[in-house]
Amino acid sequence: MIEVRDLVKRYGDHVAVDHLSFTVEKGQIYGFLGPNGAGKSTTMNIMTGYIGLTEGDVIVNGHNIVEEPEAAKRCIGYLPEIPPLYTDMTVTEYLRFAAQLKKVPKGERAEQLRRVVELTHIEDVQHRLIKNLSKGYRQRVGLAQALLGFPEVIILDEPTVGLDPKQIIEIRDLIRSLSGDHTVILSSHILSEVQEVCDQVLIINHGKLIASGSPAELEEKLAGTTLSLTVKGDDPRAVEALLSPLDGVTAVTVAPGADPGELDVRLSCARGRDVREAVSSACISAGVPILMMKNGDVSLEQIFLEVTSDETGESPEQPAGADETPDADRADGGEEGQQ
Amino acid sequence: MSAIFKRDLRSYFTGMIGYIFIAVSLAFVGIYFLVVNLINGYPYFSYTLSNSAMFFIVCIPLLTMRSMAEERRTKTDQLLLTSPVSVGGIVTGKFLAMAAVLAIPMVILCACPLLMRSAGAAGIASDYATLLAVYCMGCMFIAIGMFISSLTENQVISAVVTLFVLLLLYMWDDILDFLPTTVTANMIGCLVAIVVVALLLYLMSGSPNLAMVAAIIGAVAVIVVYFVDATLFESLLPNALGILSATAVLETFAFDFVFNWPGLVFYLSVAALFVFLTAQTVQKRRWN
Repeated sequence: MIEVRDLVKRYGDHVAVDHLSFTVEKGQIYGFLGPNGAGKSTTMNIMTGYIGLTEGDVIVNGHNIVEEPEAAKRCIGYLPEIPPLYTDMTVTEYLRFAAQLKKVPKGERAEQLRRVVELTHIEDVQHRLIKNLSKGYRQRVGLAQALLGFPEVIILDEPTVGLDPKQIIEIRDLIRSLSGDHTVILSSHILSEVQEVCDQVLIINHGKLIASGSPAELEEKLAGTTLSLTVKGDDPRAVEALLSPLDGVTAVTVAPGADPGELDVRLSCARGRDVREAVSSACISAGVPILMMKNGDVSLEQIFLEVTSDETGESPEQPAGADETPDADRADGGEEGQQ
Repeated sequence: MSAIFKRDLRSYFTGMIGYIFIAVSLAFVGIYFLVVNLINGYPYFSYTLSNSAMFFIVCIPLLTMRSMAEERRTKTDQLLLTSPVSVGGIVTGKFLAMAAVLAIPMVILCACPLLMRSAGAAGIASDYATLLAVYCMGCMFIAIGMFISSLTENQVISAVVTLFVLLLLYMWDDILDFLPTTVTANMIGCLVAIVVVALLLYLMSGSPNLAMVAAIIGAVAVIVVYFVDATLFESLLPNALGILSATAVLETFAFDFVFNWPGLVFYLSVAALFVFLTAQTVQKRRWN
């Protein structure tokens, strides 16, 4: 559907997008995730043809955005970060203009207009001037504009910004209902949103793709690699000495627990290894009662924070190399997820 | 393109600008019409038009200041540039919308020669030909204003710069009168022009070698010509720059009653050039 190959965008010396490659399959919802300034909007602006690229290719539905811009743009509906609204027009006037601009056939314009207005729930403000609308309504008018022509790819840059919780839910439902017939790409820094809505997540930082996969996959990858324990005992060192020799355990951190006489243990394990059995039998034979044990419960949020902070704050002398192995795994997983 | 044309045209009349533009143009020409034709009884409306063409200096910036600048400021250019319309189409649509607004007072002014005719003599043919020339000149000014508007996000800067440029163009002939006609002065002028061109080349290509080579070739050529036939330099600059005079064409229409075809082609090709440059500016920004 959309293929981005080795995309590079430079502004002078500043590299905004750095050899970014990914493929977007038809009918799914993709989430671009990344901190501010990660290159999400730049990538979207390039994919929609708003700005040019320095190197690489963007192929939309078989059309190269540079060589056949008009054919490629015809397949895309775009809601930029700031909705591109003419504030001196009424909502209906604006949408009619957008429909003409997108070359929606004359006979279908009225019907499509009615549909997008209905989908985005802006019936009540149809005849009002855009300049008098609240931010939430403006966002929805922008979304209606992106839907016009019902293009195969709909790209939304932070679509729920400025909406109230009820509207956010409505828009998410709308986005979900669009998948299937349409491919939706949305960017967000709200992780719960991506987790809830998207089929696939692309995590971007410093213009590079650092992880991708479905939210469940990403979680699983990290969740499988950590184990949290609460054990009875006073001597952290003894517990550490007990657990670290176990096969499959790569790192152990022990900290005093919430109550006196308890210790919180965090184990990092080699990927795909289930060490729970070994841990429990080791503890029992050493007479250390296990009060609680669970697989690391990681949200996308944690993955996001870890993955993005690794990129920036990479220090070679990280203590115990605790996080190195899982990181390498995740990077690999990212590559796999793309293909 | 037609969508942009229609939207822009309408937007001039949902706000005040379109009405103000028409009102000011008509009032300005109307005063001249009253004084020249009705009170003093000159039978040529073309005199009025030629004398009052300076209303463009004030009115055209009013029309063009927001054309490109406002789209960038409000980010609506994102809608235009991501829609399946070429940049050339966008810019042409905007230009034609402004040309259409300009056509409205021109059409109303078509009544003036008829009014004069009903009261006595009027040079109908030359009057309408001059109207056409004024319109073409206006289109040229609009293209220049649109180009300036595409360079900035700020309407006020766009308006002020356009006003200044149009004023310069309007007074072009008077300014050229002050240029020296002697051989040495003109030769020095040519050398300065070559340096400026070389600097521009350097800024555009980023290659100092190319600029140096161009400057040296130019300078050598000037010096060779100077030694071969120095008289060629006499009044060279005033004559060469005089070709660019915007009002000279209009004056041939208005006072000599000549239908100056090449003049109209000049107006329209400069307009086309600036429409093209506007599109290039937009493109360049996309690729930066």
